[in-house]
Amino acid sequence: MVRVLMLMVGLLSALVFPVNAFAQNSPTTWPDPVPDRRPVAEKDKKPAPRRTIAGMWGSRWGNQAKGVQLRPNDGSPENELPYTPYGRQLYQAHRPVEGLDAVPPAQTNDPRLSCEPLGFPRYNHYDLGVQIFQDEYKVAILYHYDNRWRFIWTDGRSFPKLLDGGVDIDGQFREQRFFGYSVGRWVDDYTLEVQTVGTLPEDRVWLDNTGRPISDKARITETFRRLDHDTLEWSETIDDPEIYTRPWQAMKIPMTLQDPRTDVLSRYCSPYETDAYNKAYGDSASGK
Amino acid sequence: MRNRLVIVFSATIGLLAPVPVIAHHTGSTLLSETTVTLKGVVKTWLWSNPHCLLTLEVKGADGQVVQWVAEAQAPNSIYPAGYRPNSFKPGDQVTVTVNPVTNGRPYGRIASVVLADGSKLGGEGRGRGAAAQ
Repeated sequence: MVRVLMLMVGLLSALVFPVNAFAQNSPTTWPDPVPDRRPVAEKDKKPAPRRTIAGMWGSRWGNQAKGVQLRPNDGSPENELPYTPYGRQLYQAHRPVEGLDAVPPAQTNDPRLSCEPLGFPRYNHYDLGVQIFQDEYKVAILYHYDNRWRFIWTDGRSFPKLLDGGVDIDGQFREQRFFGYSVGRWVDDYTLEVQTVGTLPEDRVWLDNTGRPISDKARITETFRRLDHDTLEWSETIDDPEIYTRPWQAMKIPMTLQDPRTDVLSRYCSPYETDAYNKAYGDSASGK
Repeated sequence: MRNRLVIVFSATIGLLAPVPVIAHHTGSTLLSETTVTLKGVVKTWLWSNPHCLLTLEVKGADGQVVQWVAEAQAPNSIYPAGYRPNSFKPGDQVTVTVNPVTNGRPYGRIASVVLADGSKLGGEGRGRGAAAQ
């Protein structure tokens, strides 16, 4: 009888105080500054919490250097994008340092390499690692790369109407922004769908590292699906009639929940440091 | 039992196997597929974005000293491979394997490093986040 009681107490404790995956380290330690937790094994998966995507998330697919995750710029016919004539012309004017048409760094015109903000959705395509917070009104995504952040409004507000050079919000003209204007709604308890418009024009931002273009006519749809406690599937579809003849899916990345105590390494684009790098290496290596 | 051991061993090796590198920045147009092994003396180690830089003085067969600059990825990419801000100090004897640039100048991308005490630092890190997805 005592044994049965002890077993019941044990089971109850396990239910009331579930094991914290990050509790094995002393709370006084500093975890490694690089979020590097691997996907959780099937047997260890726990149910997803309802209506939350908060947490620190990382993925090995984060660095989409060769082009967006689902359509790398590798010359294969299946990864060729459905360019409009204008879109193709823009792509051919870009001189990226990655991908099929890469040039040496000294010849590039990638705005990233002069430390311009990447704009949206390119932040989703470069060194993607994030901390997400949320409250009853919004989701805040803090991108590790260059310490940038954006809001997704989830309080039921209206969706901005895309205009030439900006957006209409409740009858008022508002300017274009690097992250545009994002509004989300919960499709079900585990799926947040987000639409974004009002981003910067094609002469300011690129879509990815390989020089693919995106314009300010784009509407980007993201879906955040909480597959289980430790996995968040982040999908993105590009609808930009100025550049592409039809919508296409750019990424579908399983993000893994990371140790929330991680104090990440600095990953800024500093003009000073970039200049020092080019003087010490980049220019000479490029043959400049 | 033997089969079970084989499975466990294979799974363990699978976990230890390096994850393919997804390089970024100074692209493939610059670098040779071949490698060169440099034995030299550290002059500086710059732990910085967008890339870390190791400057080495390497004495050639003719006795001439050539200064090489070898780049690694950004700190957050190479940290998992064992690199740290104090991995090198001036005067350290090191052996560095690089993919040299194609223009023949003494520059290259670090593939691996052997420190004076024999310990090895891997090439690139796994990059941000989880592996094996």
